[in-house]
Amino acid sequence: MTDPGGPVEDLLRALAPQVVGVLTRRFGDFAAAEDAVQEALLAAAVQWPEEGVPANPRGWLIQVARRRMTEEVRSEQARRLREDRVARQVPADRRAAPAADTEDATGRDDTLTLLFLCCHPALSPASALALTLRSVGGLSTAENARAFMVPEATMGQRISRAKQRVKSSGVPFRMPDRGGWAERLDAVLHVLYLIFNEGYVAGVGDDLQRVELSREAIRLTRAVHAALPQDSEVTGLLALMLLTHARSAARTGPGGELIPLAEQDRRRWDAGAIAEGIALITAALPAGPVGPYQVQAAIAAVHDEAATAEETDWPQILALYGVLERISENPVVALNRVVATAMVHGPQAGLAALDAVGADPRLTGHHRVTVVRAHLSEMAGDRGAAAALFRAASRATASLPERHHLAIRAARLTDPGVQPD
Amino acid sequence: MKYMLLMQFSAATAGFPAIDTWTPEVIRAHIGFMQDTNAKLSAAGELVDAQGLAMPDSAKIVRSHGGGAPVVTEGPFPETKEWLAGWWIVDCETPGRALEIAAAISAAPGPGGTPLGMPVEVRQVMSAPTEEL
Repeated sequence: MTDPGGPVEDLLRALAPQVVGVLTRRFGDFAAAEDAVQEALLAAAVQWPEEGVPANPRGWLIQVARRRMTEEVRSEQARRLREDRVARQVPADRRAAPAADTEDATGRDDTLTLLFLCCHPALSPASALALTLRSVGGLSTAENARAFMVPEATMGQRISRAKQRVKSSGVPFRMPDRGGWAERLDAVLHVLYLIFNEGYVAGVGDDLQRVELSREAIRLTRAVHAALPQDSEVTGLLALMLLTHARSAARTGPGGELIPLAEQDRRRWDAGAIAEGIALITAALPAGPVGPYQVQAAIAAVHDEAATAEETDWPQILALYGVLERISENPVVALNRVVATAMVHGPQAGLAALDAVGADPRLTGHHRVTVVRAHLSEMAGDRGAAAALFRAASRATASLPERHHLAIRAARLTDPGVQPD
Repeated sequence: MKYMLLMQFSAATAGFPAIDTWTPEVIRAHIGFMQDTNAKLSAAGELVDAQGLAMPDSAKIVRSHGGGAPVVTEGPFPETKEWLAGWWIVDCETPGRALEIAAAISAAPGPGGTPLGMPVEVRQVMSAPTEEL
């Protein structure tokens, strides 16, 4: 395989959604266009590094994919059917699409239209993720399968079912109407956020491949931001990703174990990404309606701005969690606010707040509640209780790196010979 | 989320006769059901892996303390009453879906076409944390 970060690979990923867009508009069949473009991308990934990138790479891809589609149409003896379908789906004023191999400025809009199509509300999150990465991100089925650690056949089925669902939903290839816009943009941002989080993990499987997912999510969110620079939540999401991703190098130790925020070596944070994220969120916050991505980005910015863990502006973080709690109904947010409360008003105030938050039935039996109680007990000086709680939480989590991290914290509290590293 | 579904057999508590006493038709129906289940899981993009295991009387236990020859002993024990007969690894959207798949497997047909009600253990595969610590 070629270097996933190489210039050819980057170019192919950028061109993929434009080529799918052109062919989908021309043939009126998203699933077939997507298949043909995958084949063209594979051909290019083999040929270009050997023979050089053609003068008009986008035109080359369109030509190859179109030839592939034409063969398909002929062999199926279904051309008339497809033409009818195109005629039915495309309104008359849109039927005069530019010739498929001419350069035009619609590439950017196509990326956005494809994102709206792939993040269709009828798809399950896992399917929307896979389809987005393939059609918009240009990842092959094999790359997708490796990233999610499932067999290629499984990923292939997931993608083809997703395409089938998009097809049977009858959604035409164009931007949704103003009415459906907000809901669909929410779905797009949510899928991008999920892709980012899939990559923002540690110690499991092929680390590099997973980091690729975070980078890809950032790249795609940049594309949405370029198309919708005025949308403050899009800006907020991009800022949140940059500010979070900036810490990734410091987030795991040499053995893949988790290093919590307070113990990370802040010199390993990416100062450039932090500066960009802070600039974005600073511009977005006063500009439009404040949504959860912007508030989360603001919280991440406060953490990233502190030169040491002790200098963290906890009163500001506490205030931001208050805002976040009002606009997003998520018990995990309330749990995080408990931690901020303890950092501002002391562990006893935190424990009192935790009793109220932990009563939420959605948090019943959730190991995060135990983790927070353990943390606050340690802050309050109750080492015995903290150790027992950390042990209980380590048994309850389904995350391997987190289990190791919690077991080490429990051991530190019981064995005076184990020092914090 | 990935889950491992473990098909556990217990001669004492199974409540049905051992498979080697079934008629060939019943065995074929049972295997056909399992293959059909796997095909459905595969088509749904949920199947990661599914394997059956040989009987425990052909198993070996290996122990090593680092140096010297490892100690290899026969089988778990001849009087084994419980054994792992096979597993599935599925990648599905919710914990509830994993239980649903396990229930379908548990109800595989036995003699007379009656669902066997085999015990299927559902264990989440350890993954990475989903949120900042």
